[in-house]
Amino acid sequence: MISILRRRPKPGTPRRITLRILRHNPADPASTPHQQDFLVDEAEGMTLFIALNEIRATQDPSLQFDFVCRAGICGSCAMLINGRPSLACRTLTQDLGDVITLAPLPFFELIGDLSVNTGKWMRGTSERLRTWVHNDAPVDLDALEAPMAPADAEAIYELDRCIECGCCVAGCGTAQMRERFVGAVGLNKIARFRIDPRDTRSDEDFYELVGDDDGVFGCMSLLGCHDVCPKQLPLQTQIAFLRRKLAMVGLRGS
Amino acid sequence: MQVIHTDVLVIGGGLAGLRAGLAARKRGQQVIVLSLVPPKRSHSAAAQGGMQASLGNTLKGAGDNEDVHFGDTVRGSDWGNDQTVARMFVHTAPKAVRELAAWGVPWNRVEAGERDVIIDSQRVTLSEPAAAQGLITARDFGGTKKWRTCYVSDGTGHAMLYAVSDRTIAENIPVHERMEAVSLIHDGERCYGAIVRNLIDGKLLAYVARATCIATGGFGRIYRSTTNAVINEGIGAAIALETGIVPLGNMEAVQFHPTAIFPAGILVTEGCRGDGGLLRDVDGHRFMPDYEPEKKELASRDVVSRRMEAHIRAGKGARNRFGEHLWLDITLLGEAHINGKLREVKEICQHFLGIDPAKQWIPVRPAQHYSMGGIRTDAHGQAYGLRGLFACGEAACWDLHGFNRLGGNSVAETVVAGMIVGEAIADFCASPEGEMHVSTALVRECYDREVAAFSKLAGARGGEDAGILLRTMQETMTEYVGIVRTGEGLTTAVETLKSLLLRSHHIGLRHSAPGANPELVTAWRTQKMLKLALCVAYGALQRSESRGAHYREDYPRRDDASWLKRTLAYWCDPEQRIPTLEYEALDVRRMELPPGWRGYGARDAIDHPDTARRQAEVDALRAQTGDRHALQQSLLPFRHLLPEHLRGDNARLAPADTAQPNEAKQ
Repeated sequence: MISILRRRPKPGTPRRITLRILRHNPADPASTPHQQDFLVDEAEGMTLFIALNEIRATQDPSLQFDFVCRAGICGSCAMLINGRPSLACRTLTQDLGDVITLAPLPFFELIGDLSVNTGKWMRGTSERLRTWVHNDAPVDLDALEAPMAPADAEAIYELDRCIECGCCVAGCGTAQMRERFVGAVGLNKIARFRIDPRDTRSDEDFYELVGDDDGVFGCMSLLGCHDVCPKQLPLQTQIAFLRRKLAMVGLRGS
Repeated sequence: MQVIHTDVLVIGGGLAGLRAGLAARKRGQQVIVLSLVPPKRSHSAAAQGGMQASLGNTLKGAGDNEDVHFGDTVRGSDWGNDQTVARMFVHTAPKAVRELAAWGVPWNRVEAGERDVIIDSQRVTLSEPAAAQGLITARDFGGTKKWRTCYVSDGTGHAMLYAVSDRTIAENIPVHERMEAVSLIHDGERCYGAIVRNLIDGKLLAYVARATCIATGGFGRIYRSTTNAVINEGIGAAIALETGIVPLGNMEAVQFHPTAIFPAGILVTEGCRGDGGLLRDVDGHRFMPDYEPEKKELASRDVVSRRMEAHIRAGKGARNRFGEHLWLDITLLGEAHINGKLREVKEICQHFLGIDPAKQWIPVRPAQHYSMGGIRTDAHGQAYGLRGLFACGEAACWDLHGFNRLGGNSVAETVVAGMIVGEAIADFCASPEGEMHVSTALVRECYDREVAAFSKLAGARGGEDAGILLRTMQETMTEYVGIVRTGEGLTTAVETLKSLLLRSHHIGLRHSAPGANPELVTAWRTQKMLKLALCVAYGALQRSESRGAHYREDYPRRDDASWLKRTLAYWCDPEQRIPTLEYEALDVRRMELPPGWRGYGARDAIDHPDTARRQAEVDALRAQTGDRHALQQSLLPFRHLLPEHLRGDNARLAPADTAQPNEAKQ
């Protein structure tokens, strides 16, 4: 957030902000999606984590949302904040206007109000893309570990930092049209295992997993994913690079 | 009633639970993992700085081995831990790191040759040995004699959790997400699984299992000021307590981490100080050397937290609009180091404080961080009191940590205990005891009891607000059962908590939303958390000594003569208001490392009458035996307790390859 855009309340007079929340409880047959406004007196350093918990404690105990770490590292609290997929726990209200609209992430199954089932989708994607190190060599736990170039380890971690929050999928144009699109999260994982020297899979193997329109060739390069990734993963370059590498596999195979 | 059958039910999808599940699965058992949240969101992901394992690959780790790690861990625990378990742990930790390396964890690696580091605020050039090129590196952490903490930048727990979670997917272990175990199915002798509530639709179901393992993490959320995630409410421990026959061990042993950002309580890693960061006061003065000339900022967490609070009380705290705090200064580490090795810290500072830690100091104050106590188990992770019930990780009192855990030893414990306890679970299932004769009537009875309890609570219209009870409990715990404790304060806390528990029977709900109903969840958990809080506060009140993180201002000395024992808290009768406490002695005559001074902190312990004799025995054995493994075996045999495939010696580089005497200050 550009600090010059931060709106700071005058000292001593808390700003009253409106949280306009898209609500729906699928467990309740009488529920229909609607927006509901909640008024909150802003406190200094207030995050959306604090504001939403205050609403639940004092105004509406039925409000559903997900927080776990409340420190920006676990990816539970992704939601649309003023239309943009972001992590609510580390969003300061002082960075936003007087009316803040909140909605659940699109694309994922709705659990209720701001809570969506990203976990189910991520597990399914992991199973589909086989996101684990493939290596059948037995590991001798008593022996020295196999050496790895320090730069390789750092490059893997750069991509391993993904927190599976779902922001990239929520911000993705292709995902709106293709239900089975693996999203930047899926492609980034393939890129991560592709550079891992411990993984024995070849580009031909990865081509089988994502060498189609539900994979790397489905991406239209709108790159909303790159813009909204809260971990600022290098999704743009990773997708482009992966596409080039796998296109070469496709050409060789044709 | 929906009933799901499995061999092994693991409650908790963090590192400990997943790793235990993997071990049991590998032995052919059918495993189901229950998790409150998608497993990759578990609090294990919040472990930043690293995992201790004595690989000894680096120059500053040269000469490290299991013996050194063992000594550090026992001293860290203030002699409150189980030394046999500590031995099993330090022996297995290198294997766990190496296994995780094979599973894809991108451990930071040794770059041979010269590098600059900050040690004790001086820039020092280290020359890493050529033989170690590409092996797993380590950083310094508090309370350790060697640089032993293996790490992945400052996202170690995240990288470990993702690798282990992906491994469970590879092994096709189902994780039933958004499921909460609400009680254990048991007949007073054996556990048969759990009654579980679906947190999406609110329905109850029964999981019937031959073996059940609780790995639900800690209970930090009974405190107001905590680094713990919001899901760390200790419910797994609470349902074990509520059986009336399973005790919780050492609940008063609660760790406070020195560097939580103030006031949000979000953790910034001990790696900040391990890598050379300093603590400063209102005057910018580096105060830790005044109190702890030996270890300075890198004394154990209990000692540093206590010194910080004392320094604030001495009027040296800095002040902002939220109150008093101290400063963590990592500016001297430089931007490049922070961007590479402390990037989560940097992000947290940017987002929650609006500062750049490469240029500005970080406001910090100690906050609740870790629960050393938990479900008391034996060395195999089998819970006391109920056969077929196991526990591992922070939820358990396996008793690796005693009264203070070393940084880097908990994320290590999760995987090590998972490896060991998972095998014990598989052994149990394979034994005649593992066969199960459970009556459907018993399952039905347990299920009906929970259905009745939840419908009663959902319809309750009493005058008490669960949210208010919860906040009062959290305030009480932080105020009176924190870093500095007194008999008077603890008495106040126990009385307050007793009255809150009474009031919790009159909770009223305002809404009856269909589905899981978050208000109902809060109300239900509050009743459980109050019992845990009482175990902590009452255990602390009774323990009239200071040991590790349990510091009594009115009893400032460690008292081995009276208190070399573990607290066991029972909740025998649902109607009782305070736990029933029993004690389990720690046997000095069997200790490999008899009690002494820790090398930091207070020096004036009251000795146990057997300490001198045992010390003389140990000294005599040490004088006789040359081989360290043989000596260790004669002092405290432990390998027979490990699964066979974990008993081998750990390979290390030859000493000549790492110990190069060319460390030079510039």
